[in-house]
Amino acid sequence: MTDAPVTLGEAPLATAALALGDDALVLSHRLGEWAGHAPVLEEEVALANIALDLLGQARTLLSLAGDEDELAYLREERSFRNAQLVEQPNGDFARTIARQLYFSVHQHLLYGQLAAGDGPFAPLAGKAVKEVAYHRDHAEHWTLRLGDGTEESHARMQRALDALWRYTGELFEPVEGLSVDWTALREGWLAAVTEVVERATLKLPDGPQSGAWTAGAGRQGIHTEPFGRMLAEMQHLHRSHPGASW
Amino acid sequence: MTTMAPDAGAQDTTAHEAVFDAAVAAEERIEPRDWMPDAYRATLVRQIAQHAHSEIIGMQPEANWITRAPSLRRKAILMAKVQDEAGHGLYLYSAAETLGTGRDELLDKLHSGRQKYSSIFNYPTLTWADVGAIGWLVDGAAITNQVPLCRCSYGPYARAMVRICKEESFHQRQGYELLLALSRGTEAQHAMAQDAVDRWWWPSLMMFGPPDAESSHSAQSMAWKIKRHSNDELRQRFVDICVPQAASLGLTLPDPDLRWNEERGHHDFGAIDWTEFQDVLRGNGPCNDQRIGQRRRAHEEGAWVREAAAAYAAKHGKATA
Repeated sequence: MTDAPVTLGEAPLATAALALGDDALVLSHRLGEWAGHAPVLEEEVALANIALDLLGQARTLLSLAGDEDELAYLREERSFRNAQLVEQPNGDFARTIARQLYFSVHQHLLYGQLAAGDGPFAPLAGKAVKEVAYHRDHAEHWTLRLGDGTEESHARMQRALDALWRYTGELFEPVEGLSVDWTALREGWLAAVTEVVERATLKLPDGPQSGAWTAGAGRQGIHTEPFGRMLAEMQHLHRSHPGASW
Repeated sequence: MTTMAPDAGAQDTTAHEAVFDAAVAAEERIEPRDWMPDAYRATLVRQIAQHAHSEIIGMQPEANWITRAPSLRRKAILMAKVQDEAGHGLYLYSAAETLGTGRDELLDKLHSGRQKYSSIFNYPTLTWADVGAIGWLVDGAAITNQVPLCRCSYGPYARAMVRICKEESFHQRQGYELLLALSRGTEAQHAMAQDAVDRWWWPSLMMFGPPDAESSHSAQSMAWKIKRHSNDELRQRFVDICVPQAASLGLTLPDPDLRWNEERGHHDFGAIDWTEFQDVLRGNGPCNDQRIGQRRRAHEEGAWVREAAAAYAAKHGKATA
């Protein structure tokens, strides 16, 4: 293992593996932050379960691009290729659920397409799509409970959907190396999310799905401020012991 | 023992008691619908609740390292372990519920300080090696305590313990393996492992509770076959198991009086500082306020979520999350 910061290979396969792998790695980390803080014991189990599924996916994907630990622990912020949505801080439970809803519906449809194809990600996606179906189900059920629960939960859920909306556009920016019908992905996502949100008596935000300058930014290594602090915490111990095995 | 429904002639307590005593003596399991003495029920609720609380408070010192785990493999192991603890909490609160005491009531007693959790979790996890020391020593001590509970006279508790012990022994091996990697690693890693073992050894020995002569609940629990071995017996068993394991790890145990006693066939060990134990128990440990504070905060901040789930279930006639 080298100690120097890792730079990225440019091959399309590596680019795609990093985009998908970083999404899973970063969201898993955020969900791991809930441990010991969840609103009910069943959610301690559920959120950890989702985090573990995502971490498993991340490890497989990063290993396609290189050494999983070098890639997770020794890259700088600008070398991460995750979408900005997944790095957004947990906020309250509604914020986490809104992030889960937007992302898991996207990931479920994306992995469904990849699994149905014959590309290099088909075997991984075929396995992961079953896990992600559960994540989506979990997010949809909580969206319904919070949206159609109490006045307070409704207001919190609406605020969360609104706040994260501008990070959703990036999910449909084509990623090199992935053979995906991005238009169909966006349409399928919008229809599915609209259906759940309306059933939850909530409104889908009507603003733009991305700021003009941020479109596709996470995939280019442009992240939001909280991400740097997240990485500092995640990488600190590993980087403090160069070359050590754990 | 399933013949006596609670409403089947509850007048004759003596007859019920005879049936109960006979069932316990014959190593039969007492089940939720069986008659049982009020004190037996109260003892079990107290013990199971304390155990459940220990599982959920015990998530905190380890969750403290999830976001800093130094490799993705270790991170996955640690997240799965903390998740298992939440699962153990769920089984145990369910076991307590079979005795007529619900989770909300027990959590309320935890949050208000009327029920306790294991004092070991009032110590801080200061370095990554503490995650290994907790697995090896704290889970090791817990297993030594809990394996006999798989034969506890109360059926639901005994069955929950079978599953919990299997998972705990997995955690114990993972903790040992984590320490082994550190002990055989760089000088700094080895020192980190030794420091963690130095800090966790004595508190782990205290997990078995006060010496037999001073243990207030032991005699009755032994008679009811809730408890099978004395605190001191279990503590000795644990010490005897740990000494060779420490040697294999290449780490030392911080006790100059620790040595093999040929005559007893056991290791002798130094005197435990019970003043510290009592002090931590009274609330003066390094993390008592922090642990209970985080638990209360999570519960209070989650109130609106639980209310929303209940309101939704009431509107739609479905079970809550």
